[in-house]
Amino acid sequence: MSNEEKNTAINDQIKVLTAKDLASDQDVRWCPGCGDYSMLSQLQRTLPEVGVKKEDIAVVAGIGCSSRFPYYMSTYGFHGIHGRALAIASGLKVGHPNLTVWVATGDGDCLSIGGNHFIHALRRNVDINVMMFNNQIYALTKGQYSPTSLHGQKTKTSPNGVIDHPFNPMLIALGAEGTFVARSMDRDPKHLKEMMLAMYHHKGTSFIDVLQNCVIFNDGAFDLYTSKETRDENVVYLQHGKPLVFGKERDKGLRLDGFRTQVVSLKDYSENDLIVHDNKSKELAFILAHMNDQPGFPLPVGIFLDIERTTYEEELGQQVQTAINKQGAGTIHSLLYDAQTWEIENGKN
Amino acid sequence: MATTVETADGRKTKSVQFVEVDDVTIRFAGDSGDGMQLTGTQFTSTTAQVGNDLSTFPDYPSEIRAPSGTLYGVSGFQIHFSSRAIHTPGDRFDTLVAMNPAALKVNLKLLHEGGSIILNTDSFDAKNLKLAKYEVNPLEDDTLRSYKVYQVPITSLTTKALEETGLSPKEMARSKNFFALGMLYWMYNRPMEATLEWINEKFGKNPTVAKANELALKAGYSFGNMTEVFSVQYNVRPAQLPAGTYRNVTGNEATALGMVAACVKAGLPGFLGSYPITPATEILQELSRRKNFGFKTFQAEDEIAGVCTAIGAAFGGSLAYTTTSGPGMALKTEAIGLALMVELPLVIINVQRGGPSTGLPTKPEQSDLFQAVLGRNGEAPVPVVAACSPAGCFYGAFEASRIALKYMTPVILLTDGYLANGSEPWLLPEESDLPDISVPFATDPETFQPYERDDHNSRPWAVPGMAGFEHRIGGLEKQHITGNVSHDPMNHQFMVEMRAKKVAGIADDIAEQTVYGPAEADLAIVGWGGSYGAIRTAVERLQAENKSVAHIHVKHLNPFPRNLGEMLGRYKQLLIPEMNLGQLAFLLRATYLVEPISFTKVQGLPFTPSEIEQKANEILNTL
Repeated sequence: MSNEEKNTAINDQIKVLTAKDLASDQDVRWCPGCGDYSMLSQLQRTLPEVGVKKEDIAVVAGIGCSSRFPYYMSTYGFHGIHGRALAIASGLKVGHPNLTVWVATGDGDCLSIGGNHFIHALRRNVDINVMMFNNQIYALTKGQYSPTSLHGQKTKTSPNGVIDHPFNPMLIALGAEGTFVARSMDRDPKHLKEMMLAMYHHKGTSFIDVLQNCVIFNDGAFDLYTSKETRDENVVYLQHGKPLVFGKERDKGLRLDGFRTQVVSLKDYSENDLIVHDNKSKELAFILAHMNDQPGFPLPVGIFLDIERTTYEEELGQQVQTAINKQGAGTIHSLLYDAQTWEIENGKN
Repeated sequence: MATTVETADGRKTKSVQFVEVDDVTIRFAGDSGDGMQLTGTQFTSTTAQVGNDLSTFPDYPSEIRAPSGTLYGVSGFQIHFSSRAIHTPGDRFDTLVAMNPAALKVNLKLLHEGGSIILNTDSFDAKNLKLAKYEVNPLEDDTLRSYKVYQVPITSLTTKALEETGLSPKEMARSKNFFALGMLYWMYNRPMEATLEWINEKFGKNPTVAKANELALKAGYSFGNMTEVFSVQYNVRPAQLPAGTYRNVTGNEATALGMVAACVKAGLPGFLGSYPITPATEILQELSRRKNFGFKTFQAEDEIAGVCTAIGAAFGGSLAYTTTSGPGMALKTEAIGLALMVELPLVIINVQRGGPSTGLPTKPEQSDLFQAVLGRNGEAPVPVVAACSPAGCFYGAFEASRIALKYMTPVILLTDGYLANGSEPWLLPEESDLPDISVPFATDPETFQPYERDDHNSRPWAVPGMAGFEHRIGGLEKQHITGNVSHDPMNHQFMVEMRAKKVAGIADDIAEQTVYGPAEADLAIVGWGGSYGAIRTAVERLQAENKSVAHIHVKHLNPFPRNLGEMLGRYKQLLIPEMNLGQLAFLLRATYLVEPISFTKVQGLPFTPSEIEQKANEILNTL
C-alpha cells in the first residue's frame, strides 16, 4: 500500500473533524468584541488539522471570563475552581497520558491565585498546552487590577493608580524553566493558530501569553501592538533562524551591545549585525523577555523558547513499567503478603 | 521456676527465676536520636511472630533531632503485648527503658508502682541531669524507691562489645539501642533471629554497621543471660487468636494497602495527589513504592494541588485519592466542594492531629469531625467514614473507595495520628473476602446524559478517551440530566436536594450499626474512630463486673447507619468519649434528639480504658 493509500484508509476510519464539529451546542456568552472569541475559533481550527480524535481532547479551565472556554468546545471539558486549572490538568494528563490537554486560563487565574501551580507545572513539564488570556484586568469581577496590570493603571480598586509592579509572564515562565514559552495576540489569528500548532507539537508544558483585549474594562490596552497602524513599528515577530527586523519599512533591527539590546537602523547596520533568533537558546529567551521593559523597544511576539526535556508523565510511566518488570504486576495477595507474616492454626500459634 | 546458668566468667553461677505473665507493657524512651522507634518496632515484629496479641503507640516530639538530653526531646515507643486479645497500647507500663535522665523524668509517672526500670547509667552525668532538670541524681535519692531498678552502663558496655569493629567511640555508641533491645529480648524470652535478619537486610550495604548492631544486640542478650543484674525472666504465652495468616501493620500502612486493594478490585488505575504533612506522610511514602500496581503518586506543590490533581485524575478515569491532616484539609475544602459538584469519585483521607491551626502535629485528636461533615460552603454533603484501629484503616480506605465509585462522590476517611502510627497484628483477608466494587461507567453514547440518575441517584462516569461521550462538567450549578450550566431557581433547589438525597441514601447501602453487649442496658458507650480500643477495653472490664453496659462504635459518620437512632433509644444513658469537645455528641443530639453525656479529652493523648471505666462507673452509680 502506498503512503497515500494508507492515509486514505486511515482517514476513512477516522471521521475528519472540522472546526464546526468542535463547537458545543451552548451559546457563547462572551461580550461582543471580546478577544476570547478569536482564541476559541483558532483552537477549533487548529485541532482538526493535527488529526487528533475528538474524544481524546480535554479542555480544562479555572475561573474567569476566559475559563468558560471548555463549555464552548464539544470535546471533553472541565471548568474547575479559581487558580487550579493547571493542577487539575496535570492530574488529568498524568493519570491519562494519551489525552491532548489544553488549559484556558487568565492573567488572574494563572499568575495570581494560581501562581504556585503555574511555576510547578512548568518545571515538571507535564505535556499540557496552557493558553493564558492576558487582558491585564479582572474582568469577570468587573474591573479590578490584575497581576499584569500596568503600574499606574486606574481600575476600580486602584482609583489612584496601581502601585504593584506587574508580572512579566515570559520571565516567570522562563524562570520556572518552561520548555515552550511564546506570546501572541487575539488580533492576529493567523499567528495565534501558528502558535497553537507549535504548542500541540511540543512535548512538555507549552505556555502562551496571549494579549487579549477586554472591550469593557480595559479596552485598547494593547492597541499599540495590535492595531494595523502601529503594530509594525512596535512589534517584532520572532522567527527561528531569522534576524530580528521590524518596522513598517522593515528598516529597524535589534542587535546586542554586550549584554544589552539595541534598536538600530538598517541604514547604519546590515542584517548580519542583528540578533538571529534562536528559540533553543535559554539565554536569548531571557534577553528577549526583558527587552520591552524599556521605552522605544518593540514587543517580541512568537516563540521565545522551544526546547526538549522529558515530560513528567513519560518518566513516571517508565518508573511504573520498570517496577512491573522488576516486581511483576501486583495482586491483592502480593500486596498483603509483602511483609513478615506468621501463621496461627486452630486458634493456637 | 528457677534455673541456674553459668555466668560469663564461667565460674560463678546465677539463679534465674522464670515467671509466666499474661500481659506486659513496655515503654522504650530516649533522646530523639537514640533510635527508640527502631528498637520499639523491632521488639514489635518479634513479639508479633511469637504470637502475642499486641498494640503499639509511638510518642515522639515534632522536632527531628531536638537538643540532646532535653525533656522535650524525649522520644518514646510503647508496646502492650499479651496472651489475651487486647485493644490498646496500655494505660501505664510495667517496664521502662530509659536511655537518659530526661526519658526517666518524662515517663516515670506512668510506670506502675513496683515496675521495672532499665537505666543507661552512662548518661546520668551532671550535664544530662541538669538538662532533665534533676537537682539531685534520682539514682542517689529515693525517687526510684518503689521500683525495681536495673542500672546498666549501656553505652560503655556497647562500646566494649564493639571494640574490634574499628569504629570510633561515637559510632559504636550509636548501636546502644540494639544492646538495650538484646537485654529486653532476654528479659521477655524472645528470639533474636528476626532482628538479626532485619539488620543484615537493612545494613547489608554497610557491613561494619551491620556487624556492630549485631554484636550489640547479642551483647545485650548475653548481658541479661550472664550477669547478676537480671534474675527474673518473663514469659508471655502466645495469644488465642483466630486461625490464619497475620502480619503486623500500622494504620498508615493499612490505609495505603486499602487504597491499592480497592484499585485492584475495581480494576482502575490508582492516583494519589498529596503534599507531605504529619502524620499522614507515610501513606504517600508507602504508595510511592507501589508502582508495580500501576498506582501513581504525585507529590504536589501544595495541599490544594494535591486534591486538584486527584480531581483531574478522577476526571481521567483513575480511582483518585488525596491524603492530608487537619490544616491541609482546610486548604482542600473548596476543591472537595468542586468534586461533589462534578460528582466524581474521590477519597480524601484526613489523618487527624491536634488542632486548630498547626496545633499539635505529632499528637492525635478527633477534632475534625465537624470539618469533615459540615465544613464546606453551600449545601455540600460528603459521606464520612472513620477507621477505628490500625488494621481497620485498610477496611476504611476500601469502604470509602467503594462508596466513592458507586455514588460518584467525594468521600472523607478519618483516621488519626494514634491509629496512623500505632500497630497491631492483622489477620489478613482473602481477596474473596473483600466486597466487589462496582464502577458506574457509561455504556451507551446514544442515550448518555452526564447528569442522568440511576436507581441510587448516582450519575454515569464517562472518561475522556471514550468516543461519543464528550461532555463538560464544572463547579457551576448543573442542569438536571444534561449537566449544562443552569442558574434556574427551581433547578438549583432540585439539584441541592438531589445531592443531599444521594448521600443520605447511602445509609441503605452500608452495614447496619452493631453493638457489643446487650441490646438494651443502663449505659451505652458510643464512640467513633481511634478511641475504639480504650472504650472496648473499658466495656469488657465493666461487663466482667456484670455492669449493664454496651459499646456502640460508629464507623459511618455521614450518613449514620439507618438503625442507629433506634438503637441509641434502647439505653437509659449514653456516654460519648471523644478527643474533641463533643462533636459526635452534637451530631447525634441534632440528628436523633438524644441527650448523651459528653466526655472529652483534648490533651494530644488517647483515652485510657481506666478513664472511661471510671466515668462510666460514675454514671452507673447515679442511675
